[in-house]
Amino acid sequence: MSGGPNLEQIARGDGLALCASGSWTARFAPDLEQIVSDAEKLTGSRPNIFIDVSEVSKLDTFGAWLIERLRRSLTNGGAEAEIAGLSANYSSLVDEVRRVQPAGAPEPTPSALTAMLDRIGRAVYGVGATVIALVGMIGAVLAALTRVTLHPSRFRFTSMIHHLEQVCWNAVPIVVLITFLIGCIVAQQGIFHFRQFGADVFVVDMLGVLVLRELGVLLVAIMVAGRSGSAYTAELGSMKMREEIDALRTMGFDPIEVLILPRMIALVIGLPILTFLGGIAALYGGGLVAWAYGGVDPEAFLARLRDAISINHFTVGMLKAPVMAAVIGIVACVEGLAVQGSAESLGQHTTSSVVKGIFFVIVMDGVFAIFFAAIGI
Amino acid sequence: MPAATHEPIIRVNGLTVKFGERRVLDGLDLDVARGEILGFVGASGAGKSVLMRTIIGLVPKLSGQIDVFGIDLDGADTKERRGVERRWGILFQHGALFSSLSVRQNVQFPIREYLKVSERLLDEITIAKLAMVGLKPEVADRMPSELSGGMIKRVALARALALDPEIVFLDEPTSGLDPIGAGEFDELVRTLQRTLGLTVFMVTHDLDSLHTACDRIAVLGDGKIIAHGTMDDMLASEHPWLREYFHGKRARAVLV
Repeated sequence: MSGGPNLEQIARGDGLALCASGSWTARFAPDLEQIVSDAEKLTGSRPNIFIDVSEVSKLDTFGAWLIERLRRSLTNGGAEAEIAGLSANYSSLVDEVRRVQPAGAPEPTPSALTAMLDRIGRAVYGVGATVIALVGMIGAVLAALTRVTLHPSRFRFTSMIHHLEQVCWNAVPIVVLITFLIGCIVAQQGIFHFRQFGADVFVVDMLGVLVLRELGVLLVAIMVAGRSGSAYTAELGSMKMREEIDALRTMGFDPIEVLILPRMIALVIGLPILTFLGGIAALYGGGLVAWAYGGVDPEAFLARLRDAISINHFTVGMLKAPVMAAVIGIVACVEGLAVQGSAESLGQHTTSSVVKGIFFVIVMDGVFAIFFAAIGI
Repeated sequence: MPAATHEPIIRVNGLTVKFGERRVLDGLDLDVARGEILGFVGASGAGKSVLMRTIIGLVPKLSGQIDVFGIDLDGADTKERRGVERRWGILFQHGALFSSLSVRQNVQFPIREYLKVSERLLDEITIAKLAMVGLKPEVADRMPSELSGGMIKRVALARALALDPEIVFLDEPTSGLDPIGAGEFDELVRTLQRTLGLTVFMVTHDLDSLHTACDRIAVLGDGKIIAHGTMDDMLASEHPWLREYFHGKRARAVLV
């Protein structure tokens, strides 16, 4: 390996010779840059300057460009700068670099205030675009549903069953475990605080209403949004990236009908089932804790539950489940189809699928609360 | 063209690679001389890409030895290996550009990692590299998803060349390009080899490329090199697969 680069200055009459030597390669790029920027200070000092490169042992694009950059800045300073002593091997490289036009000035970065206003504007516009996309997707799914209802043979039953397995069956263990634990915790906290008023037994009322009406369905919906909503977005997004969705379209298939409808229906069937199982698990967990910690034996627990909880609470919870499933599915599919070409975009849309999914689930829950209060259930 | 010296820059000895029970490469020997453009052909699925990926260390091998720049890659420690990796550039079949980085950031990525140079030089070198592969400076701020197939290949080549490597591996560089684009690409590889003294290892199916760009051709069959030589050697060969490949209908159309 030859030695590092060097640039020697030799006065020659009223001119100056810059003798480059050593290896002018990428390995020495930091040194080279220093050498060249030092030499650039000579700009304007002499009327003509030779850059003699005959002693250069190795040259690559980095070295060639820096020599060319030196020549350019010396020439701009009014000197007659020339490159001499170029060996045949390297002259084509220097010629190649000489053709490079310097890039135009980069776009000025906007000021902080403009950038902030720009981001606010885009965010507001983004909200509008999201609403339109969601409404558009609801319409497209309903239209596809109508077509499939009119021609049931077009429905992708196998695909739907496959997704049902992914969304519902495979989720049963984790959903049951988590709702069971939450049931235990709610019961324990209830007993702990109610005991101060001697109202231990009311824990059954609280557990029943909370689990059947609100907590069960919310908890399960949030878990499904995180588990299956993200999966839908990632699946559809990577299919979009690899043009698989375009391929479907060109073969005369409707992506909504082939990809989205089976997924939506699987969710709408799956989430109520999970909610039901989750509700049972939570009540069971709460019952165990009430027995072990609160001294409410199972018969008393069941009897109290039967008295305190009307079937309405259960119905309300179960009614909410399919609507929440639809919301999660629509959001996930919209986000999936919005994925652009990059891996980063896939990540962003998967994140926002989960975040928006959970947000809309909670908004819907609020809407339901108002509705059921108004009709008096 | 600088004469290709006979010092091998890549030496592969008795290389065997198995995928499950299938022997993809079976005791393969290959030498690549410094400064040559080696075209590598073989039937689809014969293991051309596997050989390339084994040399660059992406596919584990069962046995055999691979020397690059005279360094045995199995015996090399991390530092030596990084040194070798810094001296080669790879153009993957589909470009493998980082989709979340702009063209400029893609090309600068290896430079930033290995060299401490100023932002100004980084930008200038990026523009120079893009110009060398025939792209305008405006392309620098686009994202990979906004590029055409040919441009992706060019940017990927610019990235492969970012550190001025001594060897570039090209995996089907002209596949998916129109004949004009492919011809330009061949010409580009030739020019770069001439100006930078590159050694090029090119996996290809493109008879035009083999004809115009490659100094020598190696043919892979049954996990071994079944022929190795110039285009004329290939044309003179009596091997049935070679006759089919180089004298088939498509080949005749190219050679007239």
